[in-house]
Amino acid sequence: MKLVVIAGPPSAGKTALVKQITRNLIQEIKIAFLKIDVVKAFEDIELSKEFGIPTRKVYSGDLCPDHASVMVLGDAITWADKNASDLFIVESAGLCLRCSPYLNQGLGIIVLSSISGIHAPEKMGAMVSLADIAVVTKIDLVSQAEREVLIQKVREVHPQVLLVETNALQGTSLQRLYEIIRKSKDIDPESLVLKGSPPLGTCTICVGKKEIGWKHHFGVIKKLDGPIAESLYRGE
Amino acid sequence: MIREITILPGFDKDGSREGFNELNLKAGETVSIVGPTGSGKTALISDIELLAQGDTATKRKVLINGTVPDEQTRYNPALKPIAMITQNTKCFADLTVVEFLEIHARARKIENDSIIEETIVLANNFTGEKIYAGNRVTTLSGGQTRSLLIADAILIGAAPIILLDEIENAGIFKQEVIELIVDSGKVIVFVTHDPVIALHTDRRIIMENGAIKGILGRDESEIHVAQNLIILDQRIGAIREELRAGKVISNELALLNLA
Repeated sequence: MKLVVIAGPPSAGKTALVKQITRNLIQEIKIAFLKIDVVKAFEDIELSKEFGIPTRKVYSGDLCPDHASVMVLGDAITWADKNASDLFIVESAGLCLRCSPYLNQGLGIIVLSSISGIHAPEKMGAMVSLADIAVVTKIDLVSQAEREVLIQKVREVHPQVLLVETNALQGTSLQRLYEIIRKSKDIDPESLVLKGSPPLGTCTICVGKKEIGWKHHFGVIKKLDGPIAESLYRGE
Repeated sequence: MIREITILPGFDKDGSREGFNELNLKAGETVSIVGPTGSGKTALISDIELLAQGDTATKRKVLINGTVPDEQTRYNPALKPIAMITQNTKCFADLTVVEFLEIHARARKIENDSIIEETIVLANNFTGEKIYAGNRVTTLSGGQTRSLLIADAILIGAAPIILLDEIENAGIFKQEVIELIVDSGKVIVFVTHDPVIALHTDRRIIMENGAIKGILGRDESEIHVAQNLIILDQRIGAIREELRAGKVISNELALLNLA
């Protein structure tokens, strides 16, 4: 089974891209889809309705969505395998920019929009720098010069990334991406690990403590002045 | 070296195959694309810009010198032989004019530093509102943005194929633009509703319902009409500039231009 993990900020066009990939590959291979989101997601319903493929969704709720993804992905791969899928597409929530959901196998795709701002590639950290492929969407909304300027910025963050420009609603110029997915290697579920390093431990904010000020928290804390606390602080 | 590009037929909006075998555009040739709104003009130049290989909405294919362009030509901006000016007159990049042009020159692997200044000077030939190096591109007017992007396409894009989508709508000096790029040895394609531009090109591609319906060459009488239209356009332009400057149109000026 092949694996594609898609990340990118909300409204970048991740789902539009998933639909194009599905529409174009569904005649050749069996596809399963998982959406990881925080509060609400409809992609699983849309995709199963439009293409009749097996879909799932997971709400991370109080957990960080990338944390939730690490927790559920093992089971999800077993689920996709049981459905005899040839390709498993995972769409992340793409909210916090600390981590990236890409794994050491399969393809990691960052989706970013042409109008997301010139500094977006730098701000998006590991989501861009650890991706295998960057798909730049909404190219019909900007000039060619501006597209090339944005692409140059992506290249400066990640010189090896493979760039694909598209209008994802129409699926323009995506043949190259389909070919890369077709040629990508099957994964070995036993040896999947995250590509990037996760954050240092879990903090009290992650688990729902609302008080303001570092004295109320433990785990990894940070004061206004000075570095991240000298050591892990356990509270007073 | 680009000698010609070839467009192979795709499908119209109803899914019927286009009725031509192939359309060749040769270096040094100017072509206009005409037809009502929604007839597929912009889609056609987008196909050329993306060097479509059956992977756009129209399913057309575009060849360079008779062969399928390689991946580098399609996807590497530094090697892309095409510069396109779209109808978008808005830039979203939060950069100054100089920063924008510098990054684009880097993308196009241009080493010559003076090209930035030359591009700004050229852009200022196309617009009456002066563009300064330190202006943020997000704050430029529609006319300024379009002027800057045309200058950028000519000098930094420096491509042998230039595609221009309705340059007449941007409040820029279109005569200057036309003069600069015809006879340049490039393939120049205008999408246009403007009779002056349409009659200035060697051939016209007629669009309807998403498809290429016909290709017309320019005959002697049309060349004559084109020359007359230029004079008429300059006269209208003179009055337009007076109005834009907040002036009153005097009898003398009216007689001079409309007699």
